[in-house]
Amino acid sequence: MVEWTDAERRYVEAVWSKIDIDVCGPLALQRCLIVYPWTQRYFGGFGDLSTDTAIMGNPKVAKHGVVALTGLRTALDHMDEIKTTYAALSVLHSEKLHVDPDNFRLLCECLTIVVAGKMGKKMSPEMQAAWQKYLSAVTSALGRQYH
Amino acid sequence: MSLSAKQKATVRDFFSKMSTRSDDIGAEALSRLVAVYPQTKSYFAHWKEATPGSAPVRKHGITIMGGVYDAVGKIDDLKGGLLSLSELHAFMLRVDPVNFKLLAHCMLVCMSMIFPEEFTPQVHVAVDKFLAQLALALCEKYR
Repeated sequence: MVEWTDAERRYVEAVWSKIDIDVCGPLALQRCLIVYPWTQRYFGGFGDLSTDTAIMGNPKVAKHGVVALTGLRTALDHMDEIKTTYAALSVLHSEKLHVDPDNFRLLCECLTIVVAGKMGKKMSPEMQAAWQKYLSAVTSALGRQYH
Repeated sequence: MSLSAKQKATVRDFFSKMSTRSDDIGAEALSRLVAVYPQTKSYFAHWKEATPGSAPVRKHGITIMGGVYDAVGKIDDLKGGLLSLSELHAFMLRVDPVNFKLLAHCMLVCMSMIFPEEFTPQVHVAVDKFLAQLALALCEKYR
């Protein structure tokens, strides 16, 4: 189980309070598909991803960004049982979606950069550390059921 | 994953825009590296302190950023241009290459913080590629 200090819990809550999922979700996924284009392999059914403009205007990408970020937020209400919370989602990503778990890390990097852009220096180094710990815990849980 | 001519121009352009804040970005980036990835402090055991925001960390972050700017000027031949820096990192500093990625991520976070409008996905991918190429050039002499 991941151990959280009170300060870390507060930091993570503070970051989430600044995140509008409907805005940041799409931005993070668009950025991931642009910066790491090989991640587009999982979105064959999403229509036009051939240019940056197409990606940024693609409604399926935007909708899925919201889905993914909503999923990332789930851990906030289950900080002491992250592994069990994501067990089913881990099986889904492994057995049905066949997503290389390294992609979770790439999406999280893009999300952090989007959130940093929104928060500026309000995201202190200590806050960034707690946020990174949260994302690492979720990505680890999502990768756990792979075999 | 080498840089296209357009991406090289994007990198030069953005770093030029960034130049008034480059010290701040360098200092912040190294502070965040030691905060977010505490294992990196193992390279700074010889300092009095290696806490985020401390004087030696800020000073060294500025030094590193200076090196990155120098590399921008050598973007057409990073391996050749960074030969002596590579020897330094290979034979003296022996920094595990995984840490270059971690520092690059912290630099990107700081760029996004300080230039949220300018750090578009297009700038992001160009700078990310540049920092990756820079790291490769630094590793050239490792083995």
